[in-house]
Amino acid sequence: MRTICFYFQVHQPFRLKRYRFFDIGNDHYYFNDFENKSIMRKVAEKCYLPANQTFLDLINEYGDNFKIAYSISGVAIDQFEMYAPDVLESFKRLVATGKVEILEETYSHSLSALKSREEFERQVKMHRDKVKEVFGVEPKVFRNTELIYADWIGEYVADMGYKGMITEGAKHILGWKSPNYLYCNAINPKLKVLLKNFKLSDDIAFRFSNRDWEEFPLTTEKFVSWLNALDPKEEIVNLFMDYETFGEHQWAETGIFEFLKALPNAVFKYSNFTFSTPSEIVENLDPVGAIHVPHPISWADEERDLTAWLGNELQDEAFNNLYKLYDRVKELNDPDVWKDWLYLQTSDHFYYMCTKWFSDGDVHKYFNPYDSPYEAFVNFMNILSDFIIRLEKK
Amino acid sequence: MKVLMFGWEFPPHITGGLGTACYGLTKGLSHFGTEIIFVVPKAYGDEDLTHVRLQNAGDVVITERKKEEHEFWNNFKYFEVGSNLIPYMDPEDFAKIFEGKIFSHTEFSEQVFASKFTFSGSYGKNLYEEVARYALIAAYIAATNEFDVIHAHDWLTYSAGIAAKNVSGKPLVVHMHATEFDRSGDNVNQKVYDIERAGMEAADRVIAVSNLTRKIIIEKYGIHPDKVVTVHNSVEPVSLPEEFKINKGFNEKIVTFLGRVTFQKGPDYFIEAAKKVIDRDPDVRFVMAGSGDMLNKMIKRVAKLGIATKFHFAGFLKGQEVYEMFSMSDVYVMPSVSEPFGISPLEAMMSDVPVIISKQSGVSEVLRHALKVDFWDVDDMADAIYGMLHYEGLSKMFKKYGKQEVENLRWENSAYKVNEVYKSLIK
Repeated sequence: MRTICFYFQVHQPFRLKRYRFFDIGNDHYYFNDFENKSIMRKVAEKCYLPANQTFLDLINEYGDNFKIAYSISGVAIDQFEMYAPDVLESFKRLVATGKVEILEETYSHSLSALKSREEFERQVKMHRDKVKEVFGVEPKVFRNTELIYADWIGEYVADMGYKGMITEGAKHILGWKSPNYLYCNAINPKLKVLLKNFKLSDDIAFRFSNRDWEEFPLTTEKFVSWLNALDPKEEIVNLFMDYETFGEHQWAETGIFEFLKALPNAVFKYSNFTFSTPSEIVENLDPVGAIHVPHPISWADEERDLTAWLGNELQDEAFNNLYKLYDRVKELNDPDVWKDWLYLQTSDHFYYMCTKWFSDGDVHKYFNPYDSPYEAFVNFMNILSDFIIRLEKK
Repeated sequence: MKVLMFGWEFPPHITGGLGTACYGLTKGLSHFGTEIIFVVPKAYGDEDLTHVRLQNAGDVVITERKKEEHEFWNNFKYFEVGSNLIPYMDPEDFAKIFEGKIFSHTEFSEQVFASKFTFSGSYGKNLYEEVARYALIAAYIAATNEFDVIHAHDWLTYSAGIAAKNVSGKPLVVHMHATEFDRSGDNVNQKVYDIERAGMEAADRVIAVSNLTRKIIIEKYGIHPDKVVTVHNSVEPVSLPEEFKINKGFNEKIVTFLGRVTFQKGPDYFIEAAKKVIDRDPDVRFVMAGSGDMLNKMIKRVAKLGIATKFHFAGFLKGQEVYEMFSMSDVYVMPSVSEPFGISPLEAMMSDVPVIISKQSGVSEVLRHALKVDFWDVDDMADAIYGMLHYEGLSKMFKKYGKQEVENLRWENSAYKVNEVYKSLIK
């Protein structure tokens, strides 16, 4: 069997409002509702609604032969409920076809796995409950924030009963190996690991409309010819990308939706590839071996490491101070406090504090509501200082 | 007495103490019946004009004829400052000049076109150009107005002051609010230094805002001591509405730094002292209000020291926000590496905030009720902050006597001395 596995990440953070020093202790609302709503509406119109319709049409056309998977963060679901119930309905329709798998992740798209197993498990459970409530399904495969993975994170996930986990097919962990096989966790072999084929994924997600790219324009025939050129023994091609690729990062005018609509037909016509969901792959294939990842990897930037979110002084100070509060938050057990604590953990807040803009500048700047990482840090710390005061007062 | 005064900023549009000082001084001078034409590069229209006639340099219409005069003045040495004396104009006019037509003095008298100069009024990248163009306008204003003395504030306006002097023949006073050595340490910008020195050499009197500055002027610029007079700055009395005093959302005491976050102001020493205090007493918060080229570095340092939940950055504050900040503060620290004067501690004392100032500041010459430390001695600074926070007797005393002390510092007194300088020049 040779198969393509599509997984799309759906996430929107609760962006923070401009929070000044003078607000500390006086104002306990941290989020920029206007911006969050307008971004959600914009992305809904440009991406979520047309892309969902495209996939629904494809599923209706190809029946059992076309399948995809989504991972939708809890904070994105919350914002769909608040600002875009129409989008949530269309996702529900997709899931109801039975051809769409929903993956598990942390509720707030957080980096909690790196800091607190307890909080990580709490958030996974929260996400599980939310997905069950909204879509009526129970995920079996796990996706950690930004595809962050290490052997020990895989172990946590296996212990929670998940059958599979997906991550980046980072060159430095694969070495001579190919991402186009199923692997298993190095500590607990029961957990299967799917690796992203970043070359073919990024051809669609990043390079599709790049006129300087020697392969421009990308046609479905060309893409399928690349699939056919793979070693015939290779079994799976994992195409993992942000869902916002469709219509937001690659505008509709680039022809990205036409590419999507034509791809399954080209695959069936010119190749022997099928489409599968991650859990089908985990069920049906045997792993070829264990993948060893002692230090965390992610799908970001050239380095495929954590440095987009953690590592510089600003990020570490913010991150460490945030997680220091866990015991107190738990002790208080106040619903408002839990909620803010959750939303403050979203990885995007730390991403905005990244200072290595010069190598991967374009992507980082594109998503950043702040003028500089320093501004992002000061704003976050002002809010965190207020949050700490609330914890002390209660 | 009528004074033609050149400034760079005027309240409420200020980026530092210069505008505040100009306002206080002109207000003080009005007590002695001295009339002032105050020229700024850019007027916004909402300045307080009770005491001065504000002339926006950007509103001066220069016609061709005036440009001929420009050429005439160009013969004077001082105007060699700029090949960049050319103002913004149409490419066509620009070309004409470069064809030498203006310099040839020929065919312009008939075709009159008027062009206004555009000033950004800020310390932007075309600063030298703006300084030079400002001088061009200054000469025009000097030629078309009546006055007895010219008074120029800081190097940005010295070219203007010299131009005005050369056109009118009136005496020139230049006012050193800061020297290039204060701003840049030993890495002075030679171009700025040259303009400063040229201004002081051309001047009939140099006013220094402190003895500290006077010493620098004499030692590092080689200006004759007899020409240099010290006139300390003062502070405008303010009465604060009560509503300011409710804005603090927490109980910890606040230690404040307020000023440009630049080398000159010593923000790094403040942070190191903060770390020492927080280590001893976590129930205190530090605030750095202001912006500047060292801000990002300071934010990073605070993160690195792990004190970011106790050390806050409030950004650049203006107008009422400054007094809001003071009303929340328990101690004000001015750790300047080199501060010609430093009005902000006086403003803090007005608001009942005890102050710690560096010995390397001009204001320390006039204040008795302030703790004085060496800017580099962060242990001493931390000690002073801790004492001010914890020993109520100390802070009470500084508040009480400090307020009395600043209330006796009046702009009228400073203005009186400045007025005496004018008088000595016109006889």
